[in-house]
Amino acid sequence: MAVKELEVISEKAPERLHIEMPRRAFLLKLGFLLNGVAATMVSVPLLGYLLSAFRNDGGFTSWITLGSLNSFPENQTRMAKFRNPYTRPWDGQTADIPCWVRRMEGGNFQIFAINCTHLGCPVRWFQESHLFMCPCHGGAFYEDGSHASGPPPRGLYEYKCKIEDGQLWIHGGQLPTLNQPA
Amino acid sequence: MIERLRKIAIWIDDRVYVSKIFAATAGHHVPRTSGSWFYVFGSGTLLCFMVQIVTGICLALVYVPSSGQAYTSLEYLNYQQQFGWFLRAMHNWGSNFMVAIMLAHLAQVFLFGAFKYPREMTWISGVVLLLCTLGMAFTGQVLRFDQDAYWGLGIGAAMAGRVPVMGPAIVHMMLGGPIIAGETLSRFFTLHVFVIPGSILAIVSLHLRLVLTKGINEYPVPGKLVKKETYTEEYEAEIKQSGVPFFPKAISKDLIFSGLVLMGIVFCAAYFGPAGPHGIPDPTQINTAPKPDFFFLWLYGVLSLMPDYMETVVMLTAPFIVIGILFAVPFISNTGEKSPRRRPVAVLSVLFIFIVLGAFNYLGTYAPWSPKMEAWTSAATPTNYLEGRSPLERQGALVFHNKQCINCHSIGGEGGLRGPVLDSVATRLTGDQLVRQVIQGSGNMPAYGKNLSPPEVAALVAFMSTLHKPTEAPARDSTRSAQAASEIKQPNTTAEMANAKR
Repeated sequence: MAVKELEVISEKAPERLHIEMPRRAFLLKLGFLLNGVAATMVSVPLLGYLLSAFRNDGGFTSWITLGSLNSFPENQTRMAKFRNPYTRPWDGQTADIPCWVRRMEGGNFQIFAINCTHLGCPVRWFQESHLFMCPCHGGAFYEDGSHASGPPPRGLYEYKCKIEDGQLWIHGGQLPTLNQPA
Repeated sequence: MIERLRKIAIWIDDRVYVSKIFAATAGHHVPRTSGSWFYVFGSGTLLCFMVQIVTGICLALVYVPSSGQAYTSLEYLNYQQQFGWFLRAMHNWGSNFMVAIMLAHLAQVFLFGAFKYPREMTWISGVVLLLCTLGMAFTGQVLRFDQDAYWGLGIGAAMAGRVPVMGPAIVHMMLGGPIIAGETLSRFFTLHVFVIPGSILAIVSLHLRLVLTKGINEYPVPGKLVKKETYTEEYEAEIKQSGVPFFPKAISKDLIFSGLVLMGIVFCAAYFGPAGPHGIPDPTQINTAPKPDFFFLWLYGVLSLMPDYMETVVMLTAPFIVIGILFAVPFISNTGEKSPRRRPVAVLSVLFIFIVLGAFNYLGTYAPWSPKMEAWTSAATPTNYLEGRSPLERQGALVFHNKQCINCHSIGGEGGLRGPVLDSVATRLTGDQLVRQVIQGSGNMPAYGKNLSPPEVAALVAFMSTLHKPTEAPARDSTRSAQAASEIKQPNTTAEMANAKR
């Protein structure tokens, strides 16, 4: 169709074609160029918005208190929970993060993540057999968090912790995974 | 009056070409043989998709995609909103029917060789639709924002977190933040309501367009081979010679099947009601054993039963290999025989795949690999394992219970199936071996050495040594002298005497 038109034009007015065709070709190129620039202008904020979640600078963790030392008796492992430091107003209960606090003799603490190192299910502490057991695929851990049996590839994730002003502090804020332990 | 309406109808038709579009689509000619009961699954899947769109829009009118309130809005739908429970049930059953019928469609199309020349793109677009549908099933399960959804996301994050180097960034991208919270639900809502359904609409259009341009597969005849040089001509000749318009000549079985499917969805929804939500999505409520929905149970089984050392590799590569094979099917076998009667490998592959998936799904329904976390408090030791035992042995039964052994081991049908059933453990292990097993454990059993005192171990082993049928002799150490062995054989405990009497 377009070719035929061109042929007609070229038959009728060969001299006009030389003037018109570069103009049409130029307009087409200009059209593409303009839209290319416009698309870039749109895509920069769009991609920036979408990929902002890729940022992974570790700035999400901070020290949070788990309360007075007295709430953790010696030689016991208890569940504690803290409000995640990075939250949004509509997070609801999902921002309440549980963890297992083990107090050894004196003031030595270990704080383990709730998530099994196999696939993230919540491990449960059994005081009687001194084991953490996972309900999903049967991973088990000893009281010091080391791997006891089952599919987990490592021991429990352990948070950094410190004691300040008579309180126990945990360094948390991020869901622990194999390549980014707590 | 009627004349007037007729004129209006003709005017509309003249302007928007309704009848021409209808003739070119629903009225297109198909091979007479394709009006078969085997060809009803595609339209059945499409019907389910339409049900999902309608019920989904209705649910979105009430549902709140916020992690703080989603659960409450689901409860509201179930108990307050008029017919809310029914629409939730319809949406759930619509999804079950859609996946099931789509799998039937996939199997039929594969067995009838419909993916061969020239319909490669019809197959490929169908594979994309399959992936989209499974994506809908998974994201939909997340929108039912309960404990299973929360920990299901945790499992997804744990898998993604195994990716080398990029893992943490991918997890972050998937969750929309450092933890499973508000933005996580929002992005799964966006996927479930905008991105994937939009893609499905677009790809369904392509899929149907290809059915029109490349034609529907004729019913395969054994011995009639597909050749690139002649196939199109032969197909067109067949259509010209004996083809029938899809509407009204070939559509009747599709209509009947679709009607039955719709009634099936309504019936199941009314009878079984909505699914969940089960348990508030509060991560501190850890007394839960997360389980995926029916169509992902096989995955649960595979992940549980795979040897540990190959897990990460399989998790990260298997999806790509499986999807790659699905895409490659039309190029692996592009021409030749179409009939399943002459394609034994194809038929056996389908049987094999369905049997494997079915077996894993069946295992997933009772998950023998998971410990029964409450067994030690809820499952009593059967009394016949206590009768006639000595005090020491009974003390051992108590240790067995108190130390949660029963969470993983069952006796008398009570307890977990994670470890071996112990009803006749005494015929497999001698007392010494039992002591070693309890104290040191093994790959699948924790070592209890630190957590049991020597008297507890002695009591436990004494109890377990009584666990054998009266007709079966307990295991004995062959290195001991025959005389000692014969002494051991004598019923020397009260339990064994009781066993012998029975």
